[in-house]
Amino acid sequence: MALTRREFLKICGGGVAGISLSQMFIPEVVEALEKAAAGKPPVLWIQGASCSGCSVSLLNTTHPTIAEVLLKIIDLRFHPTIMAADGEMAIDALEKTASKNKGKYVLVVEGAIPTEEGGRYCMVGEKRGKEFSMLDWTTDLGKDAMAVLAFGSCAAFGGIQAAKPNPTGAVGVKKLFDMKGIKTPVINVPGCPSHPDWMVGTIAHILLYGIPKLDYLNRPEVFFGKSLHDHCPYRSFYDDEVFCKEFPDKEGCRYTLGCKGPETCCDVWKRRWNGGVNWCVQNAICIGCVEPGFWDEFAPLYESI
Amino acid sequence: MTRKPKGKKIVIDPVTRIEGHLKTEVEVSKGKVINAHCSDVLFRGFELILEGRDPRDASQITQRICGVCPTSHGTASVLCLDDAFSVKPTSNGRILRNLILGADHVWDHILHFYHLVALDYVKGPDAPPFIPRYSGPKIYKLPPEINEFGVKGYLEALNIRRMGHEMTAILGGRAPHVHGLVVGGVTEAPTVDGIAGYLWRLKKIEKFYDTTYLPTIYAVAKYYPELFKVGVGCKNFLSYGVYPLNDEYTKFLFKPGVYTKGKDRKLDLDKITEDVKHSWYDDKTTGLNPKEGKTVPKIDKKRAYSFAKAPRYDGLPHEVGPLARMWIENPVISKHANKFLGVPPDKDVRFRDLGEKAFSVLGRIVARAEEGWIEVQAMKDWIMEIKPGQPVYVKASVPEEAIGCGITEAPRGSVGHWMKVKGKKISHYQVIAPTSWNVSPRDDAGTPGPIEQALIGTPVEDVKNPVNVLRVIRSFDP
Repeated sequence: MALTRREFLKICGGGVAGISLSQMFIPEVVEALEKAAAGKPPVLWIQGASCSGCSVSLLNTTHPTIAEVLLKIIDLRFHPTIMAADGEMAIDALEKTASKNKGKYVLVVEGAIPTEEGGRYCMVGEKRGKEFSMLDWTTDLGKDAMAVLAFGSCAAFGGIQAAKPNPTGAVGVKKLFDMKGIKTPVINVPGCPSHPDWMVGTIAHILLYGIPKLDYLNRPEVFFGKSLHDHCPYRSFYDDEVFCKEFPDKEGCRYTLGCKGPETCCDVWKRRWNGGVNWCVQNAICIGCVEPGFWDEFAPLYESI
Repeated sequence: MTRKPKGKKIVIDPVTRIEGHLKTEVEVSKGKVINAHCSDVLFRGFELILEGRDPRDASQITQRICGVCPTSHGTASVLCLDDAFSVKPTSNGRILRNLILGADHVWDHILHFYHLVALDYVKGPDAPPFIPRYSGPKIYKLPPEINEFGVKGYLEALNIRRMGHEMTAILGGRAPHVHGLVVGGVTEAPTVDGIAGYLWRLKKIEKFYDTTYLPTIYAVAKYYPELFKVGVGCKNFLSYGVYPLNDEYTKFLFKPGVYTKGKDRKLDLDKITEDVKHSWYDDKTTGLNPKEGKTVPKIDKKRAYSFAKAPRYDGLPHEVGPLARMWIENPVISKHANKFLGVPPDKDVRFRDLGEKAFSVLGRIVARAEEGWIEVQAMKDWIMEIKPGQPVYVKASVPEEAIGCGITEAPRGSVGHWMKVKGKKISHYQVIAPTSWNVSPRDDAGTPGPIEQALIGTPVEDVKNPVNVLRVIRSFDP
């Protein structure tokens, strides 16, 4: 493979001259991924207490396109929003893949896992009269996976359903695994939703080089290693104490409108969203959606911390 | 849930290619569905989580109810907050909100047909996740060249759909889960570049509707004529109205209204109630209007089989969504419809000209594409109505005590939010999501919900490949 890990990380971080930040993947990366994909591990994508927003966000990937991701790069055997099959036919595909590829498949979890009432607040399927909960699937499939990718803040840290009073006892994957003593590595790719580049970039790193370097919250450092506030294009306004008074006023720092940039580590300040057309702070404020304290610790969202 | 089935029982769990978690049980006798139960099997407790919070946070929190239609919940929520805070957005605020919501509608219609529905008609590539798939001689009936057009459309639609999201983000900051919708208007005045970028993408989408989406659905319709008779449903429709066209909020692109037992009626929100006898909630909370509604889960309740409540209008189930909106508004539809119906191109075809055909699986699919076409045309005009330099936002402060109601239309149907504020905090919040209307279980009187009713009579030739059941369910986009 021509592309080294160092070069790949530089591309992910947007640090290669001449490559626009929204175009994270140059053709060489796609080619390398297609080659690596020859013996690619199968991917099972399950959804728990979620809004499917991270799946929808994944569809926004630009380089590679989602069609390339689905048809050439990953071997996606189960994904409730995309797959053709329903019911037992779908569950069979999931079970067969898991039993034939013990320790070799990648499990993607979208959404949190409700633990109260034996998991009955989120049921995910039924086969021959036996019903499965998200709690069952995350535990059983998680045990035998090569790695678990917790996509989005719900899978990573519990998300909105885990906000006070957390009526269903919802938890993220890592917390569940700690409760159950499951040792499978968990990579958190939070965000509400997670950014398509973060999700595809993490999958790509695993296919090409294995598990990426993670921060203290199990997030890939390349995407979540830097403070948003320190790199914010409006930072000089903060230092000069020039603050916006209303949302449409763009000549100032958004701190007094409730911006949670100072508490948040991610790279949307350079990556932006949706093909680079806009991003959170430019439009309004950061709500801190990649952090474990998102919702409760950052509420009220429109008041400064 | 234990019941004695009268026919052969088929359990479909999970129902895939939808947003959320749905289980469906049907009983089949003599090749037809004779009984159906739909179970929403996810509870997160949004109403309980919202209580005690700063009211302004609702527009962010409620978007997380649905990652496919967050903008619709965001819109309902800011309308609810406007009402509670007694603030009136400017013309620009209203128009920009229409453009944010409209962008989400036009891409979501594309996603629904190509990425959720199409695989029940079009044979996809022979690789996972497009296999395994249903098998049987009468399932994939399209001739090879039309099937190929469908597969190409599926891939092209992925890119076109992405552009729709980019339009939402140009005005709303990002998508899904926009930042731009706030009480009092929107957060950002668009730049000239932003408007040009929005319009450029809208024109691409318009072209896709005209050359690919509309022709494909009418081509599919030609090969599945029987599906104009399958999935009839309750034939009662409700729409809250969407896209206010004046600052008085008295004119809409799709008007509010109700169509019950064959008669058009005026919408009266006080006639909405939610039953819970067959839902996993406390029986004491049944029959309430959402202004006073409660959410008290009771997971061990006998007879219950769903986390969805059973919303009723004037005591009756009502279907919501594109079919309901199009039936109630009855607009002129595209020239593709003229061709399909054999009407000369110089004559106007209105939606109700479809007649009984409208109440069906294909009627819903046609309604959706035709609605998107109307939305695209209207959005082109709205962009030109933005008044440069005029305010897009009106500042408002959190009231000490207030009540509010916000209603709008998500691509898949009517969405309503009801709130009370006490001591500057949310003391009550109730949401009736579009899917609650359509996927509703039986009400206290035992009357099945719209999808349950639509499933009755659905032909199932092979119980191992009950694809018609899924076609009916997915035509509602639950």
